Amino acid sequence: MTIDSLPTAAPIAAASTGRRQARMDPAIMAETLRGETGVAAAGNMGLLPRLVAHFHALSGSLGGQVLTFTLTIAAALLASMPMIWIGGSDLWRTAGALFGGALGSGPAIAETLVQMVPLLIAGLAVAVAFHASLFNIGVEGQLVFGGLVAGIVGASLDLPPTLLMVVCILAGMAGGALFALIPALLKAYRGAHEVVTTIMMNFVAVAIYEYAVSPTGPFVAADQPSATERVPDGARLPIIWEGTRLHAGLPVALAAVIVVMWVLYRTPAGFRLRLMGANQGAARASGVSIARVTILAMLASGALAGLAGAVQVLGVFGRFYAAFSPGYGFDAIAVALLGALSPVGVIASAFFFAVLHAGSVPLQAVAGISREMVGVVSGLVVAFVAAQPAALRLLSALRRRYAGAAQQVGQADTEASK
Amino acid sequence: MNPGREETLTTDGAPRPDTTPPAIRLVGVSKHFGPVKANRSIDLSVRPGSIHGLLGENGAGKSTLMKILFGMMRPDAGRIEIGGRPVAFRSSADALSAGIGMVQQHFSLIGKLTVVENLILGRAATGFVGRWLRPLDLESARRRAIELSERLGFGIDPMARCETLSVSARQKVEILKALWGGVTTLVLDEPTAALSPPDAEELYALLQNLQRQGTTIVLISHKMPEIMRLCDRVTVLRDGAVAGEADVPRTFADPAERHALEAKLVRLMIGRNRPEVPSRSSHIWPSVLSVRQLSDGERFGPIDLDVRGGEILAVVGVEGNGQAQFVELLMGLRPAAGGSITLDGRNVTGMSTLNRFQSGIAHIPEDRHNLAVADAMSIVDNASIGFVDGAPFAPTPFWLSRRRRARFAAGIVRRHKVRAASIEGPVTSLSGGNQQKLVVGRELSRAPRLMIAAQPTRGLDIGSTAAVHEALIGLRDRGGGVLLLSLDLTEVFTIADRIVVLRQGCIVGETTTAEADIDRIGSWMSGVEQEARP
Amino acid sequence: MSNLLTISLVISALHLALPILMPMLGGLISERSGVMNIGLEGMMLIGAFGAVLVTYFTGNPWLGIVGALVSGVFSGSLLALMTVTLRGDQVVASAAINLIGAGLTAALIPVIWNVDGLTPSVAKIPNIRVPFLADLPYVGRIFSSLGLVDYACLALVVLVWWVLFRTDAGLRIRACGESAESADAAGIPVVRTRFFAVVASGVFGALGGAYLSIVTLDMFQASMTQGRGFLALAAMVFGKWRVWPAALACIAFGFADAIALRTQILWRDIPHELLIALPYVLALLALATFVGRASGPAGVGKPFARA
Repeated sequence: MTIDSLPTAAPIAAASTGRRQARMDPAIMAETLRGETGVAAAGNMGLLPRLVAHFHALSGSLGGQVLTFTLTIAAALLASMPMIWIGGSDLWRTAGALFGGALGSGPAIAETLVQMVPLLIAGLAVAVAFHASLFNIGVEGQLVFGGLVAGIVGASLDLPPTLLMVVCILAGMAGGALFALIPALLKAYRGAHEVVTTIMMNFVAVAIYEYAVSPTGPFVAADQPSATERVPDGARLPIIWEGTRLHAGLPVALAAVIVVMWVLYRTPAGFRLRLMGANQGAARASGVSIARVTILAMLASGALAGLAGAVQVLGVFGRFYAAFSPGYGFDAIAVALLGALSPVGVIASAFFFAVLHAGSVPLQAVAGISREMVGVVSGLVVAFVAAQPAALRLLSALRRRYAGAAQQVGQADTEASK
Repeated sequence: MNPGREETLTTDGAPRPDTTPPAIRLVGVSKHFGPVKANRSIDLSVRPGSIHGLLGENGAGKSTLMKILFGMMRPDAGRIEIGGRPVAFRSSADALSAGIGMVQQHFSLIGKLTVVENLILGRAATGFVGRWLRPLDLESARRRAIELSERLGFGIDPMARCETLSVSARQKVEILKALWGGVTTLVLDEPTAALSPPDAEELYALLQNLQRQGTTIVLISHKMPEIMRLCDRVTVLRDGAVAGEADVPRTFADPAERHALEAKLVRLMIGRNRPEVPSRSSHIWPSVLSVRQLSDGERFGPIDLDVRGGEILAVVGVEGNGQAQFVELLMGLRPAAGGSITLDGRNVTGMSTLNRFQSGIAHIPEDRHNLAVADAMSIVDNASIGFVDGAPFAPTPFWLSRRRRARFAAGIVRRHKVRAASIEGPVTSLSGGNQQKLVVGRELSRAPRLMIAAQPTRGLDIGSTAAVHEALIGLRDRGGGVLLLSLDLTEVFTIADRIVVLRQGCIVGETTTAEADIDRIGSWMSGVEQEARP
Repeated sequence: MSNLLTISLVISALHLALPILMPMLGGLISERSGVMNIGLEGMMLIGAFGAVLVTYFTGNPWLGIVGALVSGVFSGSLLALMTVTLRGDQVVASAAINLIGAGLTAALIPVIWNVDGLTPSVAKIPNIRVPFLADLPYVGRIFSSLGLVDYACLALVVLVWWVLFRTDAGLRIRACGESAESADAAGIPVVRTRFFAVVASGVFGALGGAYLSIVTLDMFQASMTQGRGFLALAAMVFGKWRVWPAALACIAFGFADAIALRTQILWRDIPHELLIALPYVLALLALATFVGRASGPAGVGKPFARA
C-alpha cells in the first residue's frame, strides 16, 4: 500500500465549502438518501394514517397518553371532592353547574374557547422551556408585560389598523421575550437557577405595570383607572363568532401549536433544544452551545408568553387592564404538564382548564364553590403529574407480578399435564 | 456443616476439613432486574481468615452479589449466614453491625466532607433522634483516625476534604472507613481498578497484612494476576451463576501447574478460551493528529503527541491525570491556553466542536450516560446527535428530515448488530452494550480520520467489548488513527500499537506495545518517586 | 432625628427580614438533604392560614403557632410524599405545593368566613419584652422593640446551624444531600432522613407565614406572602447554602423592604409601585454581579431509590 491509496474520506471537502453538509461516510450517505428521487418514498399511506403515525412517533404511545391525561384529571377532581362537600354542595349540582356553565350552550362554549386561548398559548410557552429542561415560572410576568407593551403600542402608534394589529402582536412578543431574556442571560452566563430569577421577574412585572397605569403613571387612560387607552377598534383581533367574545386569537393559538410542533420536532434548532433538555452533557459534547440554546429557548418561551398577553389584550379587552390575567401564567404550568409537554396534548389540557375557568363563575353562583378552586385543581393536577413516575412504576411492578403469576400458573399446568 | 460445598465444582485437592462455620455463607441467592437475571441461585462459602476471590467478567453479577451481602439490595430469593447465623440485612448499617465492611468499586466517599466526617458518617447509634442530636465528637474521631491510619501505614490527614485527595489516598480512606467499626470481614470490589501498579502493590501488601491480623477478605476482581497472587480460594461467576470454584495453592510445584489453573479459571470465567490477540497494525501512515505544546493553562500539559494513520495509540495513566482535559481540549470543549492541534495538516486549535467533527474527528465519550446518549430521546434521535447541522438531515434550518434519520439509524443498527426492538423506541430500551454499539456506529459514520475513544469498553460484557474492539481495529486497518484512552491495561495490550503514559497532565513515557514492559509502564504511571522505592 | 431614623430603619428591617429568614432555614434544610424546595411560598401561605384559623377558633394566638406547626407538617409531608417517597420531579412537585397553597387558602376563606380575600381580625401574638436588654443605651431601642417571638426566631437560626453542622443528624442530612448513594452505603436511611428534612422545611415555611399573619398582622389575606418564599430561596443561593451568609442575605432583603417603605413615606414623588420591587431587583442584581456561579449540594434534585 502507498500513501496515495490512503482513504481520506471524501466529505472532508464539505468542511471547506461552507456548512451546508454534515460530514458523513459517503457509502452511508448514499444509503441514507437511497430511493429519494421524488416523493415516492412516502409510500402509499393515506394522509390520516401518516398523521397518526407521525403523532405516534412524536409522543410515544398515543393511547397511553390519553389514558394518563384522563387518569390525572380524574385523580385531581377526585382529590378536590372534599372541598365540594365543605362548600355544602353535592357532586351532581357541582358537575351540572360546571359543565352546564362551560359547555351548555353555544355562547357558553364560545366563552370557554375564549378562556382557552391564553391558556393554550401560555401552556406552549411553558412546554417549550420544559423541553429544554428549563422551568419558566415567569410566564405570568412575561405574559402581563407582553400585554402591557401591546396595549401601550396599540394606544400610542398611529398606523393603519391591520398593520397596527400585527405590530402590537409583535411588540407583545418582543416584550415577553425581553422579560425572559434577563433570566436567560443569568442562567447562561451566571448559572443562576431560572426558577428563582423568573419568579423575581414576575414581581418586577407587577411593579412596572402598576406604575405604568397608576393614577400618576405615564400610560394611564383618561377615562379608566388602572388601564391604558383603548386600542383602535380596527386594530383589535376580529370576532370570529358573531354575538360572542370569541376572537381570532383562537386560530392564532392553533397556528402557534403547529409552529411549535414543527420547530421542536422537525427543525435542527428544535433538535438541539430537545437534546439539551434531555442531556446537557451529550449536547455539549456534540457541539451544541448550551448558552445559546438556553437563551433561544427562553426567548421563544417568553415570546409565546408575550403573545398570550397581547392576544388577550387585543382580543378580549381592547386595552391593557391591571390584573387582566387571573394567573394564566401559573395555570399554564399545569396546562403544559397535563399535556405531557406535547403541543397537541397542550390543546386538550388547555381546553380542560378553560372549562374549569369558564364554569367557575356559575359554580360560585349555583354551588357556592369559590372560583379559587380552579387554582387548587391545577395544583392537584401538577401534583399528580409529579407523582406519575411512581404510578407508572407501580403499574409495571403489578404487571410483572401478574406476568410472573401467569407464568407460574402456566408452568404448573405444564407440570400437571405430564 | 457445609452442604453448600458439595454442589460446587472443586478442583486441586479435596476441601479442607472445617470445624468453624464459614465467615460468610450465601445459599441460593437470586436477584433479577426486570428480565435480567443478575444472580441465579448463587451458593458461596467463605472460610474465616481467608482471602476469597470472586472472579468474573463485567456483568457477571459480582457487584450485585456483594451489594446484596452488604445490605444495599435485597435478594429475590436465598439466604445469608454470617458466622453460622442466618441474617436479613435491611441496610448497610445492619451489615456493618454484623462486622462486614465494604470498599465499593465506585468510591463512596463524599468529596465535600472531610476524611473524619466520612469516617464517622452513619456510625452513631441509629433510630433515636436524641442520640443523633448529640454534638459530633470530631476531636476523638480525629485522634482515632490518626491512630488507625498510622497502624496501617497510611499517613492521611484526617481533616482534609476528600475531594482534594489523590485516587490512591481516597482508596485508603475507603479502607479506613470499612475498617472503622471494627469489622471482621472486608469486601473489596475491584479495588485496584483505578490504581497504578505500584499503588496496587501497596494495597496487596496491606491486604495480606490484614489477613495475618485475622480479617477475612473477599476480593472481587476480573484481574487474574491479583487473584492468583492473593487468594486462598476463588469462586468464578459467569452470567450471574457460579461457574466453578477452586483452591489456589500458595506455591506451585512447577509453573505449568499454575498456567493450567489460570487457563481453567479463564475458561470458567468467559466460557471459552482466551480470545485471540488481534493482529497488529500492518502499515503506518503519516500523522493524522499532531499535538504540539498543548496545554490548558491549568493542570494539563504542555504535551507533544502524534497519532499516525493506521495505528491505535493508547494513552494510559491513573484516572484523573489529565485524560478528561486532553479529550476536552481535542474536542474543543475546553479552550487551549497554548500550543496547537493539527489534523491532517490543518490547524484545528481554535475550531468549534462542530467544525472538528467536520474536519474528521469523532469521539466516543468516556461517560456514555452523561455525554454520549440522551436517555429521554429515541434511538433515531440518538443516532442523529452531531449530524443535524446541514444536509443530509437538515438541508435548511427549517427542515429536519425524519425519514433520512430513520434510515440512517436503521443502517447503524444493522451494521453494528444493535439489538433493538424498534428504532423509534427510547434509547433506554437498549442494554448498555447495545447503546455503546450505537454510539460507536454513530461516530464511525462520520468517516473519521481520528477516532477518540475514551474507555470505550468500560462496563461492557465480552461480546460488546469484542464488537467495539473490532470496530476500532477496522478503522485502523482502513488507515484512520485511533486515540484510545483506557484504564484497562489488558485492553491496551490487546489492541494498541503504541502506548504513551500520562501523569499529572504530562506525557512521562512512550513505548510500542511489542516492547512494552508492564513494570516500566507502572513506574511511569505512578511517577519516579515510587520507582525509587524498595 | 436622623439617628432615630436609622435605628427605626434597623428595627423595621429586622421585622421584615424574619418572615424571609424562617422559610430560608426551611429551604436550607431541605436542599442540604438533597430535595429542592421551591414550594416555600405555598408552605408559608398554608402556615399563615393555619395560624389564623386556629387563633380565630380558640382566641389564643399561641395555639395559632401550634396550628402553623401542624399545617407545616401537613404541607411538608405532602411534598416529601411526592418527592422522596414517590420520587417525583422535585421542581414540579414543589410548584404544585405553591399552586395548592395559594388556591386552597384563598378558596377556604369564603367557605369559613363567608367573605372574599381576607379574614376578620384575630388576636395577635403579644409583644413580650425582654428586660435588661431594653435598658442599654442606643441599641436598647432595637432590643426593646424586639419581642420574645423575634428572639425565638433568631434562636432558631442558631439551632439550625448547630444541628446541621455540629451534630450527627446534621452530618447525615448533609451526606444525603451530597450523595444519596454514598450515604446509603454508610448505612444512613436516606429516604427517612430526606423525608424528615422536607417536613422540617414545611414547618419553617409555616412559621414564616405565621409570623406574617399573627405577629406582623392580625389576619390572613390571599397571597399575603408576596413572594417571600422565593426571596428566601434567593437568600439561600446568595448565602451559598450556608446558614450565616444566607441569614445576612435575608436581613439585606429586610433592609431593602424597609427602605422601600420609608422612601414611600418620605419622598412621595418617587413612584412607590416601583419601589415595592426593590428587594426583587436587588436579588436579580446580586445574581448578575457579585454572586459567583453558585452550586448547591451535589445531590439536589436527584431522587434516590435502591434497586
